Amino acid sequence: MLKIENIQTFYGNIQALQDVSIEINAGEIITLIGANGAGKSTTLMSISGLEPARHGKITFNGKDITHMDPDKIVQLGIIQVPEGRRIFPYLSVSENLDMGAFLRNDKEEIKRDIEYVYSLFPLLKERRNQQGGTLSGGEQQMLAISRAIMAKPKLLLLDEPSLGLAPIIVQQIMAIIKKINKEQKTTIFLVEQNANLALKLADRGYVMETGRITLSDSAKNLRENDDVRKAYLGI
Amino acid sequence: MDLSYFFELFVGGLTRGSIYALIALGYTMVYGIIKLINFAHGEIYMIGAFTALIIASVLSFTGMNPVLIFLIASVLAIFFSAAYGVTMEKIAYTPLRGSQRLSALISAIGMSMFLQNYVLLAQTSDFLPFPELVPDFKFLKPVEHLISSTSFLILITTAIVMVLLTYLIKFTRTGKAMRATSQDAKMAQLLGINISRIITITFIIGSSTAALGGVLISTHIGQLNFYIGFIAGIKAFVAAVLGGIGSIPGAVLGSFVLGWTESFGTGYISSDYEDVFAFLFLIIILIFRPSGILGRPENKKV
Ligand SMILES: Nc1ncnc2c1ncn2[C@@H]1O[C@H](COP(=O)(O)OP(=O)(O)O)[C@@H](O)[C@H]1O
Ligand SMILES: [Mg+2]
Repeated sequence: MLKIENIQTFYGNIQALQDVSIEINAGEIITLIGANGAGKSTTLMSISGLEPARHGKITFNGKDITHMDPDKIVQLGIIQVPEGRRIFPYLSVSENLDMGAFLRNDKEEIKRDIEYVYSLFPLLKERRNQQGGTLSGGEQQMLAISRAIMAKPKLLLLDEPSLGLAPIIVQQIMAIIKKINKEQKTTIFLVEQNANLALKLADRGYVMETGRITLSDSAKNLRENDDVRKAYLGI
Repeated sequence: MDLSYFFELFVGGLTRGSIYALIALGYTMVYGIIKLINFAHGEIYMIGAFTALIIASVLSFTGMNPVLIFLIASVLAIFFSAAYGVTMEKIAYTPLRGSQRLSALISAIGMSMFLQNYVLLAQTSDFLPFPELVPDFKFLKPVEHLISSTSFLILITTAIVMVLLTYLIKFTRTGKAMRATSQDAKMAQLLGINISRIITITFIIGSSTAALGGVLISTHIGQLNFYIGFIAGIKAFVAAVLGGIGSIPGAVLGSFVLGWTESFGTGYISSDYEDVFAFLFLIIILIFRPSGILGRPENKKV
């Protein structure tokens, strides 16, 4: 579905990604783990077209998207929930959801999808007229995921959805991610520092260190890999 | 206290405030989206007025109904100014997007000087008379010493523009996308919002209302020259900052507050200081509320 081939991405003269290659098949949950500053977020931004790769190639269902405009990439069905959630603070909860559906015109289906996300997160329905900025961190993450679902993603990119949340909320969010992968057949690319969590959920995983992919294997094998256990699982 | 005098000053302030508001909208909306003070915005207002003047002068020879001339001139002035605004954005600001704010600011000031001098050369530095196209409204006869027909026209038009704009910004998809973009442009892009299009729409709206303001004030005062955009532009800019730059209700409120301050200030204190009141007021407000009356503190950026 998504094929990243040897991309190099730069911030000015500083190279953040060095020959990164990742492949994601339809229906999978793939995780990318790595320490802070490894280049995980940059990888997602290169996919979304906000920090296009200088060299290498990204294709989505065979289509070259390496230098496509961000809105065209969204139109293809690649939706990102970025790090820090980035809820529009002065839009209401329901307006935030409307923005998720910005490119859609199927009014009836949009209504149905709003009911769907409200059924996933009943709390959001209660707060639908409240400003996004007034929600707690956990609620904002729920809203961020819901907003992305409103865009009808084929491939959902999630950047550290567990960051800064209480364990019980994290469990809830992971369960929902699993659920939309099963129910909506949405392919998931999950970026996490919390390797423990990510490798439990994912089918396959990639390990990133200072802008390079150093390991890739099934989630099960990565969980049992000695280097991974030492470096990321704290065992 | 003389009530009728008070009311006259009140309406005067409201009229001024309306014109400031029509211009200030463009400053505040553009700032909200691209965080740039578009210093050439006052020139768009001036160009709107000149376009209307030229079209009205030509059409006057045809013996057409003055009201019809006024409508045609206004509509064409709006179209023409909107085209100017969008072109200006493409030439002077788009290439500088992503570079330092100072570069864009200098580009804006350059654009302003260019447009002023271009109209100065193409026209003249003298004040030109603007034809009388707006008839005296009969129903205003009993109160004509308090409110003139052109004042009335300005108030009504501004009110309609405000209602339409509020509807657009609050309830339409484009309006929500404009608000989203001003709050977090990067996130807006991640949801498929095309930032360039939002910027273009913003310049179209801002330039249109400014042009409308230019046409209205020219009929009200009856004359114009190439310099009117500079003074009105600065005043409207002060109004936008006063209300909280980036905030649309703030720009409107700031405009009326400024309009009344000037009107009552010149009416009760001294007309010699007309232009001083605006800045005095600005300084006082900014001491107590640095982000303006309705402004929000700068967004915390992650
Ligand atoms: N906007 C930016 N400008 C310059 N350097 C950046 C920027 N964003 C990230 N970087 C650098 O790129 C590298 C990778 O960062 P990032 O992709 O955010 O890592 P991760 O998401 O894995 O924590 C880091 O060294 C970081 O300092
Ligand atoms: Mg990151």
